Amino acid sequence: MSGSAVETAPPQAPAPTEPPVHKPSLRKRLIPYWLLLPGILWLLVFFVLPMVYQASTSVQTGSLEEGFQVTWHFGTYWDAFTEYYPQFLRSLLYAGTATALCLLLGYPLAYLIAFKAGRWRNLLLVLVIAPFFTSFLIRTLAWKTILADGGPVVAGLNAIGFLDVTSWLGMTEGDRVLATPLAVVCGLTYNFLPFMILPLYSSLERIDTRLHEAAGDLYARPATVFRKVTFPLSMPGVVSGTLLTFIPASGDYVNAELLGSTDTRMIGNVIQSQYLRILDYPTAAALSFILMAIVLIMVTIYIRRAGTEDLV
Amino acid sequence: MRNPLTWLRRNLVVIAGLGTLAYMILPNVVVTVFSFNNPTGRFNYAWQEFSLDAWKDPCGVADMCGSLSLSLQIALWSTLAATALGTAIAFALVRYRFRARGAVNSLIFLPMAMPEIVMAASLLALFLNMGIQLGFWTILIAHIMFCLSFVVAAVKARVLSMDPRLEEAARDLYAGPVQTFVRVTLPIAAPGIAAGALLSFALSFDDFIITNFNSGNTVTFPMFVWGSAQRGTPVQINVIGTAMFVIAVLVVLAGQMVGNRRKKAQPK
Repeated sequence: MSGSAVETAPPQAPAPTEPPVHKPSLRKRLIPYWLLLPGILWLLVFFVLPMVYQASTSVQTGSLEEGFQVTWHFGTYWDAFTEYYPQFLRSLLYAGTATALCLLLGYPLAYLIAFKAGRWRNLLLVLVIAPFFTSFLIRTLAWKTILADGGPVVAGLNAIGFLDVTSWLGMTEGDRVLATPLAVVCGLTYNFLPFMILPLYSSLERIDTRLHEAAGDLYARPATVFRKVTFPLSMPGVVSGTLLTFIPASGDYVNAELLGSTDTRMIGNVIQSQYLRILDYPTAAALSFILMAIVLIMVTIYIRRAGTEDLV
Repeated sequence: MRNPLTWLRRNLVVIAGLGTLAYMILPNVVVTVFSFNNPTGRFNYAWQEFSLDAWKDPCGVADMCGSLSLSLQIALWSTLAATALGTAIAFALVRYRFRARGAVNSLIFLPMAMPEIVMAASLLALFLNMGIQLGFWTILIAHIMFCLSFVVAAVKARVLSMDPRLEEAARDLYAGPVQTFVRVTLPIAAPGIAAGALLSFALSFDDFIITNFNSGNTVTFPMFVWGSAQRGTPVQINVIGTAMFVIAVLVVLAGQMVGNRRKKAQPK
């Protein structure tokens, strides 16, 4: 606190717990580096280096026949963004909606497993994890059957007026669900639900239930207990769950391809077809970097915000 | 049960949770039911009539079981490699203080914090620029790369919660470093390593996006399913999907039963 404290000699350093003879030898000090070497090398060569190559690809010009040359043509970024901003917006919108739905649907189930399942807990967890082991493409294709035109699900949604609401929102057209934004969002929500439920569950499970009892003893109503105790304490799970859902959903092209139409193309579909069908590598590379930048910026802002809320 | 409205309100969480579970299980039910379908035409989207044909002849579709065995091989090799590399990294990160620890942590975290398509595309950029032939090896390289981070995360969590005093005790009892590692450290870390391995097997076996970019003409099982969505989906795909689900549930339940028995066997 005071200035003089700085000038006084530092307190006697505590005697070293180990005599200097036992100071680790060079061989011992190198152990962590030997442990890291193979894995880190793998990541440097097959994760970092590819990013460098993709960066160089994005500033190349040329054609497939004549070959591509690095010409530092940054215009590709601007052209790619202005041409495909609807797909960028759509990706963020779909991924954001799917993430919100995952939170809304996933929270009760995570809560149920953590606090109310009793001896059913393990079975419920298995049912949440098991889809990881079944091919997600097969399950996504199953949605084609479920949402088929004139099928029971669509007929039911139509009967309760749900499709009137969604078509007013621009999510569906007429009495079909397949090939509409609703189908794509439904598929995205479905595919990423486990990634929301598991982090939510693991942070809910750690909550001491005595806190709930204490809040109840202090005359908090169940809704208040949830709002003031349970939900704030589950924030780490909410944050990691939303990230694990939003990030992969924003780059996904499987759901939009299998359940959507050309009007529901997301940026993933564009990158995929630019790289694998049209073979316009510079545009594809630029698009994928723009996507990465958008996601990283959004995630950074979100973590900052959610992090401070967590402390309140 | 006297007032249905009160009952509904009291059990709202349970009802909503079970509703979500139904939403999650519904496609699996559809896949199972449609594995007994006898479809007309190339696609298996509409129910026609009950049939056991597909179950009697699961490999009756050209190339499907080949792609399945390729996927299993790739998943096996990438799990082995990623688990070995990832476990070493996790131990280094938890047990040692060294320079560049922060950088290593970020490097591990980044592949998980990035849309998969960005990694997929950048790997393709690397392979294209270096003129590497796409196929089995490029798929394997890619899978080891993205499984690595998940193994590190799983093993790290377990090693962090380990009591270092157990190892000290082993050393006090004159166990050598190797003996301590094999007899004490490894058994305690095993559940984390197993979780990491299981996760990377599932991730690799099911991966589509990264494989789609880096497989060339090589067809893994997810690639086969993807192709069939355009060409026509054979019923056998649903048979494989059903079998995978059943096997996964059995394996996980068996694992839990072994775990429970161990817990009971340990007198406290």
